[in-house]
Amino acid sequence: MASNPDSRPDPDRLLRQIEFDEQRRRLGRLKVFLGYASGVGKSFRMLDEGRRRKERGEDVIIGAVQSKLSPDLISLLDRFEIISQICADRGGAMDVPAIIARRPQVCLIDELAHRNPSGCGNAHRWQDVEQLLEAGIAIITAVNLNHIEELHDTTQQITGKEVRETVPKAFLMHAEEIAIVDAPPEQILERVGVRSETDRLVTERRLSELREMALLLAAEVVDRQLESYLEAHGIGHSIGAHEKILVCITPRANARLMIESGRRNAQRFHGELIVAYVQQSSLSAADQELLESHLALARDASARVEVLEDGDPIEAILRFANQNGVTQIFIGHSLRQDWWTRLFGGPVDRLIRQAEGIDVRIFPH
Amino acid sequence: MAEATKTSGRLKTYLGYAAGVGKTYQMLEEGQQLKAKGVDVVIGYFEPHGRQDTIARTEGLEIVPRQIIEYRGARFDEMDTPAILWRRPEVCLVDELAHTNVPGSERAKRWEDVIVLLDAGIDIITTMNVQHLESLNDQVWQITGIRVRETLPDWVLKQADEVVMVDLPPAALLNRLARGAVYAPDKAERALQYFFKESNLVALREIALRQTAHEVDLRQPQVPGVPDHDAPKAARAGPAAGPERILVHITPDANTAILLRRARRVADYLRADCLAVHIAEAGDSKRSSAAEREALAKHLNFARHLHVETRVLDSEDAAEALVNFARSRKVTQIYMARPRYSLAKRIAGNFIHRVVRLAGDMQVIIVAEHRGR
Repeated sequence: MASNPDSRPDPDRLLRQIEFDEQRRRLGRLKVFLGYASGVGKSFRMLDEGRRRKERGEDVIIGAVQSKLSPDLISLLDRFEIISQICADRGGAMDVPAIIARRPQVCLIDELAHRNPSGCGNAHRWQDVEQLLEAGIAIITAVNLNHIEELHDTTQQITGKEVRETVPKAFLMHAEEIAIVDAPPEQILERVGVRSETDRLVTERRLSELREMALLLAAEVVDRQLESYLEAHGIGHSIGAHEKILVCITPRANARLMIESGRRNAQRFHGELIVAYVQQSSLSAADQELLESHLALARDASARVEVLEDGDPIEAILRFANQNGVTQIFIGHSLRQDWWTRLFGGPVDRLIRQAEGIDVRIFPH
Repeated sequence: MAEATKTSGRLKTYLGYAAGVGKTYQMLEEGQQLKAKGVDVVIGYFEPHGRQDTIARTEGLEIVPRQIIEYRGARFDEMDTPAILWRRPEVCLVDELAHTNVPGSERAKRWEDVIVLLDAGIDIITTMNVQHLESLNDQVWQITGIRVRETLPDWVLKQADEVVMVDLPPAALLNRLARGAVYAPDKAERALQYFFKESNLVALREIALRQTAHEVDLRQPQVPGVPDHDAPKAARAGPAAGPERILVHITPDANTAILLRRARRVADYLRADCLAVHIAEAGDSKRSSAAEREALAKHLNFARHLHVETRVLDSEDAAEALVNFARSRKVTQIYMARPRYSLAKRIAGNFIHRVVRLAGDMQVIIVAEHRGR
């Protein structure tokens, strides 16, 4: 996994690493507990971490807390100083200037998606959090999946509940730490109570769908962290922690089949679909048209489209695959071959021979 | 999953990505909660690792004493399955599902003991790390450089009624390690150098999150009359594809184990059947060496261990026999190992060509091992 010891350090890379380390130090660290439904125990985990840090001597306070807490959580609250809210009569908002003036090391903030009443500072609590982070205060917060802006439509479809308060996904992506609070749906079913067997099954199904989404969202955030870590530390090739399917198309390839198969595989694995073609200088008008129609198919399948440039197509594909942590390559293979190619190997043979730890899926045409 | 649970116990697994994320703690915590509700809970096996807050969580829980097994003059502790059966609790807590028992134990693996307990109607709460899953073995090696020796066939985890992820961000885990909360100092030092490198941890954590999402997906209850929210996506994609079926071509080649793990994993994700075939070419038995025959037997066994149905066929023409067999079993994907290239074995490359040519609509996948790191 180590980079080539002979290679000189790339100045850009060094700079990126410094920036990465700086960024980690400069701002307050943000930690988010993500749950898929209320009742999984996010607030408890947040308060419990605050308690443990306090016991280790850190200066921990509470910036915002839920109004409806269970009795065992209320007993945890007694241990902390709580900064009182402003605009309390209109739903409340954190007193950001007061927290900054108080300068704690760590501030616990529940209900990240909360919308502040108008005229009470920032519009959203997540903006308050940004301000506190910039002031160098570490934040531990908690949020529910259905409050994530980009997932809003899907979660609303599943729950049938309208949610107005949302946090952009990008905010989560920038958190130094995200922790998933996982629990089996039965634990939540006990809390909400169900009317009938069908009701129980329907609720369980919904919870299970939300749970899967939350786990995948956390995986996505973690994957982003992994990439920036690897990039900052100059680890050239990406790690294949999830499936990445690279569909290599040419004008003559059976692109519809290849892309559809790639799409289905990527969906099943919750992986990524990339469609690439290697630029060729001398394409006939007819081939160019075919290629365009293939790329349109790729975009319809919401694939990431890449144009690779290299004299040698197989080299280009392998370099891209290794750098991007590709786990499967889909490639077309012409069955019309002369004896020379059959005896000494055509491009697909070379690809198979040189692909390290990557599956090669062959599509005849 | 559900069919067998009528009389057998329920299996719940806390899944983590490294030692120290808090799996054992969560298992004990649940044991305490059950006990408080009046459930008859015992600890069948738990690994303290000298962690004080974990040991504290066992307080008040009954522990079934371990049995002592002598092996080469040394004494080893293992879970005492007969004693637990005799004690007959409602729920038994069993740490480290992937553990390998010391030679001389009645069963080779702890998960085999757990199956015995489940069959006796005892509910089990257990723990494991994702890297012990057999089908992830090569991927984990590729990422961390570590060959995990204690593996668990994926179908065992599939038996679990519930899989819950125990998550802790790597930074917090490294912190705990540095504070000596996970291992004793000398062991912690070594752990930090190898397995506990931050990039390893982040990658393993991502794998664990995705695996748990997959386990949740597999267990999603089907509700009559309630549409799957994935359905619109599938409908947009055109006509639904028929069920996939995967065939693995088994040879004496050392890469066959990698091939089997990979095909098994893909089959599980596609919810496809997975079968394997070896084609013995006429005259093979005379030509092949004892080592090759032994390797072949090992691979066929390994396939069965992963719950892959196996067949051995005789033929003059391996490519044709492979494809004909695939067609007769309605296979949609054929998995083959990358041939070892040498001028003399060009013919092996030709084998792939012939299979591709004959396979028609079936997809052919060549799985390549990772040569060196």
